[in-house]
Amino acid sequence: MLWYALRRLVLTLPLLIGITFISFGVIHLAPGEPVDLQAGDLNAQSSAQARQLLREMYGLDQPLAVQYGNWLGRLARLDFGRSFAPDARPVLQKIGERLPVTLMLNIVELLIIVALAVPIGMVSATRQYSAFDKITTVFVFVGFATPDFWLALLLMILFGTELGWLPISGLRSLNWEYMSFWRQQWDFVGHLILPILVATFGGLAGFSRYMRQSMLEVIRQDYIQSARAKGLSERVVIGKHALRNAMLPLVTILGLSLPGLIGGSVIVESIFAIPGMGQLMVQAVFERDYPVIMGNLVIVAVLTLVANLLADIAYGLVDPRIRMSGRGGRR
Amino acid sequence: MRAHLPLVLLLTAALGGCGSRVDSAVDAGAAARGGAPAYGDTLIQALPANISGLIPNITGDKYSHDAVALIYNGLVTHDKDTNLIPDLAESWDLAANCLDLTFKLRRNVRWHDGRPFTAADVVFTYQLMVHPKTPSPYKDDFGEVESVEAVDAHTVRVRYKQAFAKAIMTWSQTILPKHLLEKYMLEGKLREAPQNFTAPVGTGPYKFREIRSGEKFVVVANPDYYAGPPYISRIVYRIIPSQATIFLELKAKGVDQSNLTALQYKRQTDYPAFRKAYNKFRYAANVYTYLGLNHKDPRFADKRVRQAFAYAINKRDLIDGVRLGLAREATGPFKPGTWVYNPNVRTYPYDPARAKALLAEAGWTTTNAEGLLVKNGQPFSFELLISQGSDEGRKIAEVIQAQLREVGVGVELRVLEWAAFLKEHIKKRRFAAAAMAWGIGLDSDQFGIWHSSQTGPDEFNFISYKNAEVDALLERGRNTCRQSERKRAYDRMQEILAEDQPLIFLFFRDVLPAVATRVRGIVPGPIGVEYNMNEWYVPKQLQIYTSG
Repeated sequence: MLWYALRRLVLTLPLLIGITFISFGVIHLAPGEPVDLQAGDLNAQSSAQARQLLREMYGLDQPLAVQYGNWLGRLARLDFGRSFAPDARPVLQKIGERLPVTLMLNIVELLIIVALAVPIGMVSATRQYSAFDKITTVFVFVGFATPDFWLALLLMILFGTELGWLPISGLRSLNWEYMSFWRQQWDFVGHLILPILVATFGGLAGFSRYMRQSMLEVIRQDYIQSARAKGLSERVVIGKHALRNAMLPLVTILGLSLPGLIGGSVIVESIFAIPGMGQLMVQAVFERDYPVIMGNLVIVAVLTLVANLLADIAYGLVDPRIRMSGRGGRR
Repeated sequence: MRAHLPLVLLLTAALGGCGSRVDSAVDAGAAARGGAPAYGDTLIQALPANISGLIPNITGDKYSHDAVALIYNGLVTHDKDTNLIPDLAESWDLAANCLDLTFKLRRNVRWHDGRPFTAADVVFTYQLMVHPKTPSPYKDDFGEVESVEAVDAHTVRVRYKQAFAKAIMTWSQTILPKHLLEKYMLEGKLREAPQNFTAPVGTGPYKFREIRSGEKFVVVANPDYYAGPPYISRIVYRIIPSQATIFLELKAKGVDQSNLTALQYKRQTDYPAFRKAYNKFRYAANVYTYLGLNHKDPRFADKRVRQAFAYAINKRDLIDGVRLGLAREATGPFKPGTWVYNPNVRTYPYDPARAKALLAEAGWTTTNAEGLLVKNGQPFSFELLISQGSDEGRKIAEVIQAQLREVGVGVELRVLEWAAFLKEHIKKRRFAAAAMAWGIGLDSDQFGIWHSSQTGPDEFNFISYKNAEVDALLERGRNTCRQSERKRAYDRMQEILAEDQPLIFLFFRDVLPAVATRVRGIVPGPIGVEYNMNEWYVPKQLQIYTSG
C-alpha cells in the first residue's frame, strides 16, 4: 500500500510541472502584455522607453523558456513572486487576502446544496412522477436556465431597494467597526444571504438531479426487494439500505468539486462586490498579470492533484483489486 | 484641491463609464447650496475597479488616481473653468523667454506625518519622474526640463531646454515626500514602497486611513491642511465592479455619488424620490468618440471617401439613439466651449445624396446586386472593429453600419477583447476601421495623435494621417508659451482637420454625476463637480453618519 501511495506521489510531480508548463505557454500566447495595458498603450505620453523599462523590470525581454525557468526556480523555493500590477505586492499575499471569503462562501454553499439536494432527490425518486417530483423537476430546469446575474439583480431590487431588508452588496456595512459584536455577526450574515442564495440556486438543480437518478437506480436493485421482502419498514429500506448506496456517486462528484472551492464565481462576486478569488483571477487575466494567474493556477492544480491522489489511495484502501492491478498502472 | 491627472492623450476603450472633467450645462446646481457649513459626516463614493497603487505618479488608470486625489497636491491645479491656479506653490513666474520658471512655495504646508514640505520635495519629485528606474507613464512631461533647483527652502527654479507650452501644467503632477521615498527611488523599487499600498503620505486635505483590497479605501479629514480642514470627516471609496450594482446601491442610498449612464439619467432616475435624494449634474467629457479609418487602406486614403462618410453619418441621430441626446456633436478634436475650440470650420450636415456624389467622384459609380458600390470589380465593404464590453461602442457601430449601407457601403462588425483589439489590430495596423474614443486631457497639445512622425509601431497616429501643414502647426503650438500664438496655430489646424476628416469626428459625450442632496457646496463647472471636494459639506441636521 505504501509503495502504491509513493508511486502515485512521484508520478504527480511531473504532472504538475507539465500543467504549469502548458499554462505558462498558453497565457503568454494571449495577445497583449502587461506593459501594454498598464500605462503603456493607454497613454500617448508614455514613451517606448517607459515600456522597455517595464519589460526589463518584469523580465519580459527574455526568451519565454528562460522566463519559465526562472519562474519555476522561484516556485521551487515557494516564492510565487510579485504581482505585475502597479502595487507590486507578493502574489501569495494577494491570494491570501481573497481566499478566506471565497472558501467560506463556497463551503457554506456546498453544505446547503447537499443538505437540500439529498432529501429532494430522495423524495423525487421514491415518489417518481408524483406532484412533488413534477414540481421539483420544473424547479430544477428553471434553476438550470436562470442566469446568475439576472436572478441576483432581481433579488437585489426586491430585498435591497424595494423592501430594504437586506444589504445590496459588499461584505460589511460601513459603520461595522462601531457595531457591537453580535450586530457585527448579524451584519456579516445579512450581507451573505443573497450571494449564497443565488449561488445555491443554480447548484442545487444539478445535485438534486444526480441524487434522484442515483436513487432511482438503487431502488430497482434486488437487495432493496429483499429488504422489503424480509419485512423491513419502508423508512429503513430507503433511509438505510438505499440511501447509503445512492450516495456513492454523489460523494465522487463532491470530491471533484473540492478544487473548485477556491475558484470563486466571477459573476456572483462581481455583482455583489465581494472581494474574492474569482474577481482577483479575472482582473489578473485582463491585466495580463502573469504571476498572479500562475500562482492561482498552481494552487488549483496542486489541490486537484492532491484530491485525485487521496481519492486513488482511498479507492486502493477500499478495493483490493485496485491495489493489485495498480502495479499495472491505473490512473 | 484635487491633484490633477496630467495625462494628455488617453486612448479609451471607447465609451465606457470613465468620466473626465469639463464644460457647461448643469442640471441642478442651485439645489446643491444652502444650509450652514458644518464639520462631520461621511461621503460614500463608488469605484468600479480595484485600486492598482497609491502613488499616482506611477499608475496609469483613472480610478487609482481618483481614489488618492484628495491625499496629494501638485504645485498648481485647475479651477472650475480649467484655468491653472496655485496649489502648493503660492505663485509662479515664467520669464519672457519662456525658459525660466520660478515657483514660490507655501510656507505652512506639512506632510501627513508632520514633516514640513519644502523645495527639496519638489526637486526630489522631478528627480523621481526622470529617474531611469521609475516606471512612470508621465515621464515625457519632464523631457523638456533642463534643470530644477531649490533656490531656498521655499523657492524652486525650473529651466527648460526650449519653450514648452505645457510647462506650468506639468507641475500639477503629484509632489511626493523625499524623506520617505528617496531610498525606494534609488533602488528602483517605488512600487514596493509601503507608501504605494499601505501608508501613502501626502499634503492633501484628506489622510489615508484604511485599504481593503477589492473592498474599500478610506480617507479622513486632515486637520492640518494648509487651506483649513475640510468639512466632511471621512470619505469611503467602495469598490463595486458592476455598474448595475452601483446604481442599485445609489437607489438604496448605499452610495452618495456615482456617474449615471445616459439611460439611467434620462429614464430611470426621473421620479420624485430620486430627485429628492440626489442632484444630477451634466457636463461634457474631455473625450470624443470617432470612427477611425486606416489611411493605409487605399479606399480611405481618398479624402472624398472620408468626407462622404461624414455626410452619410447622421450625428444627431447617433447622439439621440446611443446617448439619448446626452452628448455634443464634435466638429474636430477640441471640445466646444473651450478657448482652443474653433467653431468656424467646415461642417458635414447629414446629406446622403452629397455622400453618394462624393463617392461617385472617387470612382465608386456602379452598384452590384446587393446594392453595394463597386469599383474595379470590388464591392465597397469593410470590417469595423469594436472593443468588447462597451455596449455603447456596439450601438454606435450598428448605427454607422445602417447609415453607410444607405449610401451603398457594406460594414461588417467585429467585436474583440480590448487587449487583442489593441495589440493585434490597432498596433499592427491590421484594421480598416474602428469605433473608438480619444481622451484629450486639459492641455490642447495633440502632437501624438496627428503628427506624421508619430506613425511608428508603438505610436498613436495609428490611422497614419500625414499633412505637412498640420505637422508645422502642431510644432508651433507646442513650442511657445504664448496662448495667443497657440490659438492661431490650433485654429488653422482645426480648419484643416475638418476639411480632411482624417477620422470621422462624432461626439463629445456628457458625464452625468448624481450626488446626494444632503451634500452642499458643490459648484459645478466646465471641469466637472469633484474639483472642490474639500469644500463640500453636510449641514448639521442632515448628517447621517455621525458615529464614525
